Amino acid sequence: MSTTEILFFFLSALALFSASMVLISKNPVHSVLWLVVTFFAISGHYILLNAQFLAIVNIIVYAGAIMVLFLFVIMLMNLNQQNEPQKNLWMKLAGVISGGCFLMVFVSLVRQALEIKTKVAMTTGGDIGLIKNLGRVLFSDYVVPFEITSVLFLSAMVGAIVMGKKD
Amino acid sequence: MSKLVYLIPLFPLLGFLINGLGRKSLSKSLIGIIGSGTILASFVISLLVFFDVKANGASVIKLFNFIQIKGLIIPFAFQVDQLSSLFLLIITGIGFLIHLYSTAYMHEEEPQHFGRYFAYLNLFVFSMLLLVLGANYVIMFIGWEGVGLCSYLLIGFWFKNNNYNYAAKKAFVMNRIGDLGFLLAVFWLIFKLGTATYIDVFAQVGQLSSFDITAITALLFVGAMGKSAQIPLYTWLPDAMAGPTPVSALIHAATMVTAGIYMIARSNILYTMAPGTQSLVAMVGLATAIFAATIAIKQNDIKKVLAYSTVSQLGYMFLGLGVGAYTGAVFHVMTHAFFKALLFLGAGSVIHAMHHEQDIRKMGGLKKYMPITHITFLLACLAIAGIPPFSGFFSKDEILMAALAKNPIYYYLGLGGALMTAFYMFRLYTLTFLGGFRGTHEQEHHLHESPSAMTIPLIVLAILSVVGGWVGIPELFAKDAHSLEHFLAPIFAGSTAMAEQHHLEPSQEWIYLLGSTALIIVVIVYAINSYKKYQPTTEESTGLGVVLENKWYVDELYDAVIVNPLNAVAGFFKNIVEKYVIDGAVNGVGKLVGYGSRQLRLLQSGQVGNYLLIMVLAIVVFVLVWFNDITIVYYLNRLFN
Amino acid sequence: MPIQYYIYLCLALFSIGVIGALTRRNVIIVFMCIELMFNAVNLLLVAFSKMHYGIASISDKASTVGTDGQLFVFFIMVVAAAEVSVGLAIIVMLFRNTHSVDINFLNRLKN
Repeated sequence: MSTTEILFFFLSALALFSASMVLISKNPVHSVLWLVVTFFAISGHYILLNAQFLAIVNIIVYAGAIMVLFLFVIMLMNLNQQNEPQKNLWMKLAGVISGGCFLMVFVSLVRQALEIKTKVAMTTGGDIGLIKNLGRVLFSDYVVPFEITSVLFLSAMVGAIVMGKKD
Repeated sequence: MSKLVYLIPLFPLLGFLINGLGRKSLSKSLIGIIGSGTILASFVISLLVFFDVKANGASVIKLFNFIQIKGLIIPFAFQVDQLSSLFLLIITGIGFLIHLYSTAYMHEEEPQHFGRYFAYLNLFVFSMLLLVLGANYVIMFIGWEGVGLCSYLLIGFWFKNNNYNYAAKKAFVMNRIGDLGFLLAVFWLIFKLGTATYIDVFAQVGQLSSFDITAITALLFVGAMGKSAQIPLYTWLPDAMAGPTPVSALIHAATMVTAGIYMIARSNILYTMAPGTQSLVAMVGLATAIFAATIAIKQNDIKKVLAYSTVSQLGYMFLGLGVGAYTGAVFHVMTHAFFKALLFLGAGSVIHAMHHEQDIRKMGGLKKYMPITHITFLLACLAIAGIPPFSGFFSKDEILMAALAKNPIYYYLGLGGALMTAFYMFRLYTLTFLGGFRGTHEQEHHLHESPSAMTIPLIVLAILSVVGGWVGIPELFAKDAHSLEHFLAPIFAGSTAMAEQHHLEPSQEWIYLLGSTALIIVVIVYAINSYKKYQPTTEESTGLGVVLENKWYVDELYDAVIVNPLNAVAGFFKNIVEKYVIDGAVNGVGKLVGYGSRQLRLLQSGQVGNYLLIMVLAIVVFVLVWFNDITIVYYLNRLFN
Repeated sequence: MPIQYYIYLCLALFSIGVIGALTRRNVIIVFMCIELMFNAVNLLLVAFSKMHYGIASISDKASTVGTDGQLFVFFIMVVAAAEVSVGLAIIVMLFRNTHSVDINFLNRLKN
């Protein structure tokens, strides 16, 4: 078992465990923290795939900005374990079963897909994930969508301020 | 010259368009000039075409293909031959006189309605011209429908009166019944022969089985029954008197009712080959002739008498067709057009003078107030009664002689009808023009001769009524004097060759001629004498008189046998089927949808969680269905084992 | 690494997100689960991008196949960030009005 494989399985186990913990935790703050752990694990996967740019962006944007935003909101609302709303047991069971069906069906779908049987995702090598290469493509081929995202951000910002305003 | 034949129907069509579209802006005099002028132009061209045909024979002018589908071509073509050119002359000539007359008769109408009137009149003439000129049954059918439509429009011209509208509707429905027969016959022809063009049909007629030919001719005759007002579809024609009087003249003389005669004369070969139908035609014609004549005796409305007289005369024409005297029938169409147009226009003149009083019991003594109308009316009466040498004598005599040759019973019944014709015509004449005036004082004060636009057509028609018969002088009087027969010979050549010839001895013929003429004169004298001193009485007529006054109760019979059951069925459908079945189905669908949506609405719980659950399950189902292989099940099994 | 591994991992993560969205009533947790699903998809996109690059780079060392996939991930992150800012603003407003984060109270769509 090579180092890459060990890392892969470790990160996968970590991601799945922490993702499960997001659901299991009763306290919303814990959920947020477990989600941050999940994002770190996924960033580790990105590094393993030599997608360095995305790994950094994932940590900065997701684990940093977005999750902090979540935390702020939770703290703002003063949510904690006591007033956490709970679904009844049957609804939970139904949710788990349907989610399980979802997983089963797709797994069996992937298992019967013959053309990806032999395919391999290139790890540790390949430099398309480097900032230099991605940036070149982003500012040449994708410059218009890139500019449009700035408009999207602007409108999102305006929208968030308008809605958050106390009126 | 025949190349210009398309102009003949084109002019009235243009007149129709101009008058119809410009009826609100054109002045009355201009409308009158356009309306009459277009017909006059058509008449001039018809004259040229007539002489061209006389000199150069028949031709077919094809304009374009009207219908072109696999194995069937129906060209829009005009048949220019002896028969159609003769009818062209009658239609446009008499049509023109009636248009001219109308400019004065309808002068009290508002300009807008005046324009509408002339537009309809022009369209009427156009349709009839199309009917006569068409070189196949389909084009004929277009005109056939066109005259039906125009008669509807014109009978209901004064549409503010509901009774007139009912009369118009009646005419239309009766015509439709006949049209169905005609249409079926045309389909049958096309089905069997693959063509509707006259020349081809008549050439291939030998291929038809005797059943086919009998059925086709019988169905065509049903069409003729409707259009030419024969038993049992005649009741619309007397009711058609609701329209303005010149319209009646047009319907009775030039257009419309002669269409049936024309059609059978045109298809004479078919009828000659179907002796069964021919006898039917003769019998229906004869029955109509006598039946209508009996009704006419007891009618008191001046126009109704004339209407029943037309029905009766049409019966004679069908009798002629039925006994194979095609020339005689066409001849009678022509002379009848002259004197019947004259009678109607004269009646119109009388009605005009009497301020729309139509009851002859309230007239009388008009002789001294309206000399021109009186003289011309008298000439027309003599003509229709069949007094030599007026036109009606020759044509009626020709038909009766042919009937005598075929079957003496036809002759005697026909002669009885002719005597009745003489009687009711001179009853009408006497009550209207002789004796003392029986109307109100005010009416008497206003009595006057009509303007010249009305009297000129009367005079022209009177001359034609007198001399019109001289184109068909029987061989009895002079050898080869029957110029009409020679002229029309090519049309009826096929039938003449096929039919067996009956010839009477000249001496016998003389006896019949003189005898019938003497009888008619006796009847006329009797009629004049018995009605000269007529005074309106209040006493009810009895026995047969009541039956005749009520037109043999035919309208009531139709009401009881056809109209009321139909109404009952319609009422059943309206009240039961419509209400419970159709409405029930429609409302039921509505209710079902409403119920279903109320149930489905429950799914819209508004709970985001439920929506999510349903979405996920739907994705699962979707994937299972989309990748519907057994392999999924197989792998699912492997997953668990 | 074989691509199936990544697919299974991502499917598992995604399913966990789905189950979370189905079982929890807290709006914020549901929202976080949606973020989790985003990330599962992102990881899959990167894995596939590297798979295609790996195939292409055998014949062409300078190949840039796969950059599109990674840029797509970038754009997803951008959109997710915008979505989160607006979404949290909405949640804050709702909380201000209803004093609850229970999605079962958010059934105004019913009427």
